[in-house]
Amino acid sequence: MTGTVAQNTKILPGANYYDLRIEIQDNNFDAFPGQFVHISCGPGFTLRRPLSICEAEGNMLRVCYEVRGRGTEYLSKLAPGDKIDTLPPAGRGFKIREGGRALLVGGGIGIYPLLWCAKLYGSRADAMLGFRSKSLVHLDDEFARCCATVGVITDDRGFVTQLAEESVCRAAEQGKLYSVIHACGPKPMLQGIAELAERFGIDCEVSLEERMACGVGACMGCVCKTRDTGDFAYKRVCADGPVFDAREVIWQ
Amino acid sequence: MKAPDMTVKIAGVTLKNPVITASGTCGYGREYLPFYKPEELGAITVKCVTLEPRAGNPTPRVAETPAGMLNAIGLQNPGAAYFVQHELPWLKSRGATVIVNIAGNTIEEYVGVAQLIDASDADMIELNISCPNVKKGGIAFGVDCAAVENVTRAVKDAVKKPLIVKLSPNVTDITEIARAAEAGGADALSLINTLLGMKIDTRARRPLLANGTGGLSGPAILPVAVRMVWQVSRAVGLPIIGMGGIHDTESALEMLMAGADAVAVGTAMFTDPYAPVKIRDGLEQFCRENGYASPSELKIR
Repeated sequence: MTGTVAQNTKILPGANYYDLRIEIQDNNFDAFPGQFVHISCGPGFTLRRPLSICEAEGNMLRVCYEVRGRGTEYLSKLAPGDKIDTLPPAGRGFKIREGGRALLVGGGIGIYPLLWCAKLYGSRADAMLGFRSKSLVHLDDEFARCCATVGVITDDRGFVTQLAEESVCRAAEQGKLYSVIHACGPKPMLQGIAELAERFGIDCEVSLEERMACGVGACMGCVCKTRDTGDFAYKRVCADGPVFDAREVIWQ
Repeated sequence: MKAPDMTVKIAGVTLKNPVITASGTCGYGREYLPFYKPEELGAITVKCVTLEPRAGNPTPRVAETPAGMLNAIGLQNPGAAYFVQHELPWLKSRGATVIVNIAGNTIEEYVGVAQLIDASDADMIELNISCPNVKKGGIAFGVDCAAVENVTRAVKDAVKKPLIVKLSPNVTDITEIARAAEAGGADALSLINTLLGMKIDTRARRPLLANGTGGLSGPAILPVAVRMVWQVSRAVGLPIIGMGGIHDTESALEMLMAGADAVAVGTAMFTDPYAPVKIRDGLEQFCRENGYASPSELKIR
């Protein structure tokens, strides 16, 4: 589907994070939190870039991204009015619970798909966000506007897994255990969160990242190791995920 | 101008048009349904199946490269029996022409999986002796003339369906390999499979793909593929499905003019999922506007 860039701005002056809003013209689309869009980075690139959806409303899609290579650099140069070619929102997203409290745990650019969750849960959610350094903290204000509690930690003080553990323990003491944890971030962080959830018997969903080719479930390029009746099975991050039940994932 | 007849005949099987999907890039056809119907194309070549299910390689399995990409999937598939029972009926019920790409570790395995497919509703079998990403049963068979002839003959003797042999470009002289496949009884050839390549992750200072090496595909390999199709079409009398880097009408035309009877589109779908349909339409328009009655007239004799 084709969209027009409505906004593409740097989120922080000193960092390479961008906030991209795309107005989709030619398609009606459905989008859910945790899904991604597979965006073309212009001529010269064979592969699209999967970017998680930050939020969607009407015909407007919001994706935030970090410039990591030449593909995302191309995206960062797009100006309002420029055309953008994307596949429709895809993948299995987060299951938003109707009742109960949710803990959102994000590390670095892993916070992006959680923002929509935060808006849907509102005060039923707490968000714990981890960043490499103080100068890279961003979007925490948006989380703070909807969540009951927002915790921010940077690597010099500790990891977001610690914040998450404190939140879970506090909730347990108060008898208000979370009914679900939604997490997105680096794999070691997700593994820590998965173990924490397991320890407290809380359902946990993790959003995984993998190098992707087709983005529609055909090529088996972006797989992750999951538990299976036999030994293990490789499941497709683009089509079976990117959000998986944490118990399903084999961390290596 | 009279509308051209875009049907092509490969080893007795009539295809609606000369555009096929390349194995491994469109799964078993379902995933691309939002973009094109499998029955709209000349044929669907489904992802390689083996006798037993295969888990495939660890990740990362794919990497972007200049004008192309590397993959080292490792033939992940649910096994031929599962495919025949759960995937093939859907494709056939839609009216798609189905080419099944097969591989094995040994000649016996190739024969076994070929017989399973032969007993199914599939239309043609494509012998994958050129996968660069598995240690056994891939390229090991495809780079040696005697091995190519042996595995081709063993499978040909065991099946009734037309047999396509898919050739590797990772050889010194592809015409020798093509002749070996012809001698073994191949009904058609498809070429080329991916070129063996590698990418280094400079930040981690190690090969990027978990497999170390991978198969290079995409526009980068088009000139190699065109050259090999040109050479092979002049060396053997078999119909040729040309593939390798085809990404638009122009590149498909090059391949058909070089000597291919049909073309297969693969990696281009990752860039633009509508690519096969656009190429199909583009070829028809080119033939109509330039007075070619059929795609076979494009060939440079």
